[in-house]
Amino acid sequence: MNILNFFIIVPLITVFLILFSKSLKTTRIIAAVGMTIQLLLALWLMYYYLVHYGLKQLHKMIFVSDTVWFPTLNIHYAIGVDGISTAMILLTAIVIFAGVFVSWTMENLHREFFISLIVLATGVFGFFISYDLFTMLLFYELAVIPMYLLIGIWGSGPKEKHAMKLTLMLMAGSALIIAGLLGIYFSTPIVNGHHTFNMLEISKYTLPIKAQRLFFPLTFVGFGVLGALFPFHTWSPDGHASAPTAVSMLHAGVLMKLGTYGVFRVAIYLMPEAAHEMAWIFIILTSISVVYGAFGAIMQKDLKYINAYSSVSHVGMITFGLLMMNATAIDGAILQMISHGIMTALFFALIGMIYGRTHTRNVYEMGGLLRVIPFLGTMYMIAGFASLGLPGFSGFVAELNIFTGAFLHADLFHRVATILVISSIVVTAVYILRFVGIMLMGPIKHEEHLKLKDATWYEKLSTITLVVSMLAIGLYPVWIINTIMGSLKPIMLKILGG
Amino acid sequence: MNLHSIILLRHEILLTVAAVGVLFADVFVPREKKHNMITVSLIVFTLVTLLGFIPAQGGVLFGGSYQSSHMTDFMKDILNIAVLLIFLQSTGYLSKPENSWKITEFFVILMFVLIGMDFMISAGDFVIFYVGLETASLPLAGLAAYDRYKSKSAEAGVKLILLSAMSSAVMLFGLSLIYASTGSIYFSDILPKIKATPLIILGFIFFLSGMGFKLSVVPFHLWTADVYEGAPINITAFLSVVSKGAAAFILIIILFTVFKNISREWEWILYALVITTITIGNLFALRQDNIKRFLAFSSITQVGFLLLGFMGNNELGLTSVVYFMLIYVFTNLTAFGVVEAIYNASNVETISGYKGLYKTNPLLSLAMMLALFSLGGIPPLAGFFGKFFLFTAAASRGYYILVVIAALNATISLYYYLRVVKAMFIDKSDNPVAKFRSTWPMRISLIISSIGIIYVGFASNIFEFIYSLAKGLL
Repeated sequence: MNILNFFIIVPLITVFLILFSKSLKTTRIIAAVGMTIQLLLALWLMYYYLVHYGLKQLHKMIFVSDTVWFPTLNIHYAIGVDGISTAMILLTAIVIFAGVFVSWTMENLHREFFISLIVLATGVFGFFISYDLFTMLLFYELAVIPMYLLIGIWGSGPKEKHAMKLTLMLMAGSALIIAGLLGIYFSTPIVNGHHTFNMLEISKYTLPIKAQRLFFPLTFVGFGVLGALFPFHTWSPDGHASAPTAVSMLHAGVLMKLGTYGVFRVAIYLMPEAAHEMAWIFIILTSISVVYGAFGAIMQKDLKYINAYSSVSHVGMITFGLLMMNATAIDGAILQMISHGIMTALFFALIGMIYGRTHTRNVYEMGGLLRVIPFLGTMYMIAGFASLGLPGFSGFVAELNIFTGAFLHADLFHRVATILVISSIVVTAVYILRFVGIMLMGPIKHEEHLKLKDATWYEKLSTITLVVSMLAIGLYPVWIINTIMGSLKPIMLKILGG
Repeated sequence: MNLHSIILLRHEILLTVAAVGVLFADVFVPREKKHNMITVSLIVFTLVTLLGFIPAQGGVLFGGSYQSSHMTDFMKDILNIAVLLIFLQSTGYLSKPENSWKITEFFVILMFVLIGMDFMISAGDFVIFYVGLETASLPLAGLAAYDRYKSKSAEAGVKLILLSAMSSAVMLFGLSLIYASTGSIYFSDILPKIKATPLIILGFIFFLSGMGFKLSVVPFHLWTADVYEGAPINITAFLSVVSKGAAAFILIIILFTVFKNISREWEWILYALVITTITIGNLFALRQDNIKRFLAFSSITQVGFLLLGFMGNNELGLTSVVYFMLIYVFTNLTAFGVVEAIYNASNVETISGYKGLYKTNPLLSLAMMLALFSLGGIPPLAGFFGKFFLFTAAASRGYYILVVIAALNATISLYYYLRVVKAMFIDKSDNPVAKFRSTWPMRISLIISSIGIIYVGFASNIFEFIYSLAKGLL
């Protein structure tokens, strides 16, 4: 059997076993074992790809298998991964692994929580391994819906409202995606009496430009909603703020990347001609996302809101990079997906841990935390530095590539947009440094904060996992850059109209 | 009447034998033992359902008035399954002391209604079609007023019969116009003579309006909510699943065969109907608190989605409609089953009354969630596949704008489905529905329909099977 199927089967078995669990202890052990297996699988897959293709900058779809599902409509269960999807799978595995340990003490309805969380992850894994548009859509929606329950039941604040807002906006996005995918499907030439949903097949054809003009914006906006594209980003701050810690991590870390990955793999890759034509509209929108998100973050007091707005800004940068449509920028954008995924997961994990201790997320009510909880404080600083793109962390490499790529466009429009987007880094530095300063340095503002305990073993485990992954990319980025570059080759050929 | 015609008519004959047999048996059962009739009827009807699956060739009878094919047989089987599930769900309700003296009537009337539907689906001319339709409508009014001491139930009965008669009159007028212009009532004779003349178009519009009443397509939907609310839950389930199913089946057959020459005209009429039906159904469902009214408006929206399949005027359209209907049977009957079980145990039939249900009755809540998610079109449940294929059918003819509108409406519908999920899983309540055990037939029906919800979507062989049937018919 195709090894990629295990990325679906392992979580399903985990969910099945959790059904029979009686106590939180067994539930979390089952979840942890399942997700550890998943992480090991992902690591092995990455290693395998690196050794055979990645380091040599080669491109190959590996573990390809294709099972006909609905012959009439030519729907297949087609799976296979290249360097980019392998990297995304590894990211997902890391974040869900850390997420399970962050939720170690989830007392309330523990079984249901872990089941929903892992079902969500299953959807994400399925999305990344499939290259048939129908199965992609299926897994995409599967990943979105558990979110409603996760936020609605275990969230905080006006959770029902925010959960509903998030779900409806994302599902409206997927409504556009459905129409877009069907449009792509019926625009493909008929081979053997059938149209095709197979992405690799479709990429061989040039779809009629009229169809592209209609379906490119549909799919772009549809996936863009999940990628927090301005003005459809409003679900993101509310949703992330209300979600329980592990869900915020997974959502900002991985799910938003589903959006950008879809934008890249479906909208830009399959319809490059329309992408060239219409890129300017979306460049304007993403530039607004980036700048608006950064300024939005400055104005917030709630740690989660700060990070959520910061995510809007950073993910906007990913879409911006993709829209530059040259190898350097896209390489940076994909790297940014991974880097931001890990970094923001770390952020949300730490916010959850700090909130669990101080019972407030208001920055201005905290102070001097570095002295009482040095481990968490240090980790928070690391996450902050990574977020503002300090060299040595993954964010630096990614952003550098995006901006280098963006500067390759010499016309005025691109220059202005690029400079605007780059300027957001300064704003990012302002809010990160300011809030780190207020929160971690200075006098302790509450008596009871003196008694706080530092991280427990499971908190250390999850944060260290994330930090190590971040450093692995930041200090030695060659492996991942080569992998992505290799896999980008055929895609760039298609995008550049070669 | 030879063996061949008996086999062709097997669904109808089996049902007639069963209905008359049950009615006859009832005479010999003393009053205090009437509850045994539940078991008897269940066993008889299970046999009828199973026997219906025996494969047989299609054919034409009575000089073209009756035509059967693999597709019509399959449609009848779907209806049989639905009625069987409803019978299983209604045992708890019928066992109540106030219903003890009219148990048999419930089963017999529904079986007679089903006979009418079977004839309607197999109709080869407009007279058989009309007779079948009436047989399938009028007795239902009696059942809607089954709780005759409840004024709402009586009101539902009266409303249903008045509007049925009204819509039949409208339809009959349309049919007479078509007869006037073509000079025949036989589908096969009419087919070549249908042209887009004003008289035929007018006749068609009257015909479609009449069918619109049965399908509760907006703007002919006004009876739906009141009747659904007043009628007993099983009858509501029957109206929303079986009646609609039968009407949709015959409508799609007639549109795709008899009226295919004027498809350009009716596609644009349906285009407007799809948009109004989905949107209005959605808007009204948003604010309902009574779960039956809520399901009524939700079913109006679902019919709107169903009409999308009609837009795909080809095999794919027919397949997607039948496939969706099969999924809809399982999905909606799961929802109605849960509503019924809760109502029997605690007389609660409001969404606000479902608060905290998951704490007390987790399995029922999960079944309900399954049904609601499937109605909302969430993968990997069957509703997702059903809807996606309806969208595909409409997109195959280039109606992309319609697909976008419908898909956005699917998102809106998700809002009110999630409201119920929220009430059950998220909201807290001081006095939630107490823990209870539902009757075993109810549990069987919920298990069957839940499995249907999960399985039918993945099972591409069912879809392919229906597609092969559709190819045979068109």
